[in-house]
Amino acid sequence: MHIMEGFLPWYWCVFWYVLSIPVVIYGVMKIKKIVEEVPESKSLLAVSGAFMFVISSLKLPSVTGSCSHPTGNGLGAVLFGPAVAAVLATIVLVFQAILLAHGGITTLGANVFSMGIVGPAVAYLIYKMFLKTSISSTIAIFFAAFFANLLTYVVTAFQLALAFPQPTFTSALTLFLGIFAITQIPLAIAEGLLTVVIWNGLTSLKPKLLEKLKVFKTKTVEEDNTVNS
Amino acid sequence: MNKMNQNIILLVLVVIIAIVPMVMYSGFGEEEGYFSGSDGAASEAVEETGYEPWFSSFWEPPSGEIESLLFAVQAAIGALIIGYFFGYWRAQSKYEK
Repeated sequence: MHIMEGFLPWYWCVFWYVLSIPVVIYGVMKIKKIVEEVPESKSLLAVSGAFMFVISSLKLPSVTGSCSHPTGNGLGAVLFGPAVAAVLATIVLVFQAILLAHGGITTLGANVFSMGIVGPAVAYLIYKMFLKTSISSTIAIFFAAFFANLLTYVVTAFQLALAFPQPTFTSALTLFLGIFAITQIPLAIAEGLLTVVIWNGLTSLKPKLLEKLKVFKTKTVEEDNTVNS
Repeated sequence: MNKMNQNIILLVLVVIIAIVPMVMYSGFGEEEGYFSGSDGAASEAVEETGYEPWFSSFWEPPSGEIESLLFAVQAAIGALIIGYFFGYWRAQSKYEK
């Protein structure tokens, strides 16, 4: 999903920056608020960021014969909301742009938009949707992470097709989706599975903290509040 | 099923997902166009439209070795943080009982 340095015309770089910056700023404010309200969530924030760090460094081969990587953006989004995941993704993407020449500073806005905003937003919505049913949070987090990963790459394909609609937008989109989306399907499954592993750890070690963050159904939150007050 | 067993099964599945492509295309390598990155493939497709990147990275890892060093550092930092807190929480939940 990394659009390489200089690989978007400057006006598209500006466009994606303009869309991404407000979300990241809102995310920073949200982190401050969460840390004030629930101080213990600092460690959980660190773990969500660290998870993104580890998982996005794992370049895996796919059935299409090319390699790509998971994004790790579903977990933070489900725990803290998509804006916070945008901040975490920005940190990871800046690290990769500066030290690894993966992605770039000019294309940072575009990459934050796909990996930090759309992916996490999709994860958040899917998780909340599943939560309304009787499906377990484990299944919910799997699909949240799966679609967050896949949609991140779909967005990248759209971004490139919009910038390079040659010969037509549709044909360019088909080309870029072919490069990204199909390669990504097995990796999105892998990402979903790895997120469930972390999730199992979190739900068994920190169930009360997750309840405070309103990650589970509202019923359990109410029970938790009465216990606290 | 207990969560530990479930995690082991999940991790095994991830390993299988990673191994299948290597078996499918065994004998092929980067020279035949296999196992290179999809990000790079997209960049090539962009260059085929005649576009020339107007900006390049300030710094690039000088070789594949250095690049893998930095990727390993990235993974190690993340793994360290996760391991630290999981250990901390585990002990915490044990002694709170």
